[in-house]
Amino acid sequence: MDGTWSTVWTYLGWGIVPLGLSVYLALSFWSEHRAMFLPGQTTAGHYQIELACQACHTPFAGVKQSACLDCHAAELERANDSHPSSKFTDPRNADRVAILDARLCVTCHREHRPAQTRPVGVTLAMDYCFHCHADLAEERPSHAGLGFATCANAGCHNFHDNTALYEDFLLEHLHEPALLDNPVVPLRAIFQPRPLGRADADGPPPRSPDDQRLFEDWVSTRHAQAGINCTDCHRQPDSGASQTSEKIWTDRVGHAVCQSCHQAEAEGFLAGRHGMRLAQQLPPMRPELARQPMKTSAHGRELGCLSCHSAHRFDTRQAAVEACLACHDDAHSRAYTGSAHFRLWQKELAGQLPPGSGVSCATCHLPREIHRQGETDTVRVQHNQNGNLRPNEKMLRSACLQCHGLGFALDALADPELIARNFSGQPAVHVASLDMAERRQAETARTDEQAEEGR
Amino acid sequence: MTWKRFPGVILAGAAVLLAGACDGGGATPGISPRQMADALHTVLETDRTVYTRLIVNRLAVEEKAIEASEHWKDDKALLLPAQMFRAGATMVREKNAGFSYALLSMWPVNKQNKPRTEVEKIGLQYVVDNPGKNYYAEETLGDTTYFTAVYPDIAVAQACIQCHNEHKDSPRRDFKMGEIMGGVIIRISL
Repeated sequence: MDGTWSTVWTYLGWGIVPLGLSVYLALSFWSEHRAMFLPGQTTAGHYQIELACQACHTPFAGVKQSACLDCHAAELERANDSHPSSKFTDPRNADRVAILDARLCVTCHREHRPAQTRPVGVTLAMDYCFHCHADLAEERPSHAGLGFATCANAGCHNFHDNTALYEDFLLEHLHEPALLDNPVVPLRAIFQPRPLGRADADGPPPRSPDDQRLFEDWVSTRHAQAGINCTDCHRQPDSGASQTSEKIWTDRVGHAVCQSCHQAEAEGFLAGRHGMRLAQQLPPMRPELARQPMKTSAHGRELGCLSCHSAHRFDTRQAAVEACLACHDDAHSRAYTGSAHFRLWQKELAGQLPPGSGVSCATCHLPREIHRQGETDTVRVQHNQNGNLRPNEKMLRSACLQCHGLGFALDALADPELIARNFSGQPAVHVASLDMAERRQAETARTDEQAEEGR
Repeated sequence: MTWKRFPGVILAGAAVLLAGACDGGGATPGISPRQMADALHTVLETDRTVYTRLIVNRLAVEEKAIEASEHWKDDKALLLPAQMFRAGATMVREKNAGFSYALLSMWPVNKQNKPRTEVEKIGLQYVVDNPGKNYYAEETLGDTTYFTAVYPDIAVAQACIQCHNEHKDSPRRDFKMGEIMGGVIIRISL
């Protein structure tokens, strides 16, 4: 009999333990303990959304290329990608693809491999250019002897974005001064239809001093001037048009409400570091979740449009500096108020310099883009700060070259200590690409001259 | 439909099926890869010639109404004819249409456009050595076998030779009108 019970317990043990474990794991996967399934630390670009597994992984199909492009396609198009996937789908590159399948983002950017992850989330050895450009020195003798691991980290080339690094662009910007003659950024056009006044407000009357302050903020700032009334924003999403303001009113205004007017800005926000969690239906980003140093006083804040553009006041000047420094606590951010950029910003605010002369955090990290439609130029703020962040040469055209010469800007971006000091001082690093382009230009001119004389 | 008509409908259906089977069985031969490649080339060559002569040569070289530039985005200019051709090739590849095409040369401005596969090397030399003739072959690239056709690419406008003869990266600067500057490669997966 003892033997029978022993057998029963053994079978129960073998059955119950795995079953219990399976239930526990299944429940964990759908709980806040989901992080236990991460196979390794996620990269700096993706850690915010690492618990939204489905953002990248398709069940039983791995990581599809479309998952990468869902978030990054627009950015790559803006960068005029030098190595688009389509370059490698040409059958004549089949032998190259067999060695390095550059048709897929995940060939070079593998997730959850912290030991192999290099800057910009690259998980290949840095000499990857060799696979296709091994005979480069035949075409460019000046490159003979240069290590292939230095192509993309010497300030000369990027794999994707070379919009400010290609040879003819360098030649166009030879010998520019460190500071250009007219160092201003494009000014945003402000849309101003019929302004609204106090009597036009269609929200419930203010019931407290706080309400009164919000009301004064609204009436004195841009939304009222642009004809945006209280219920244009404080409206429940599914409320009908004809109902009274009390019935449709909501105090909570999410980014979707802002997006209904500020479409491009919201798209940038959702694609960038501040909104990427919201884009994946995760709770908003909070400073204490960030890997970069953040101020403890900012812990608990939730990032949305209103966290930088404080509700009702919508002061873009406050959003351009104070909002950033209220959270960010890294060396570069801390050094900003001691920088020449900040002094220019203060002078612009004081009216001592023309609009566009100051350099705020947003000037570089949320740059102004000119969109031309027909004869009209529209200036918009790109809210995807990831779009020009790394490699930092992506910042050249959108930010640096608005005010600085290319040579100076390249050197400055290649000097990490100068960046940490928020550009206080002069670059201690020199990028040779402009010199090389100029030498080659002179050599070509000499060769052409000799050929002409020989005819 | 009445039951009396039913056998007639079956008979008519069988006749249609039989006719369909005959079509596939050789009564009307299908299009060969070579015919398809030749047809594709006719369209590609014609479209590019139209773009080169009627757009780029007319507006950029003769009337100087707008520039054509290698850096067409930055310069707000027309694409060069070769870039227009390659942009089309890229879009076709993105559509997985079962064929691809490329513009290559033994004297390319961009060295990535020199011949790489054996068929490309032999084919480009063949069309240069045998004016007026095309080169056809089969080749296996990766795990796919292709019917590959190489057609001569001829300078049809002043814009072609002017750009190649003046470009700093061009390894040959003595092209003349009507000369072969390279080749169009069309691949059809078999």
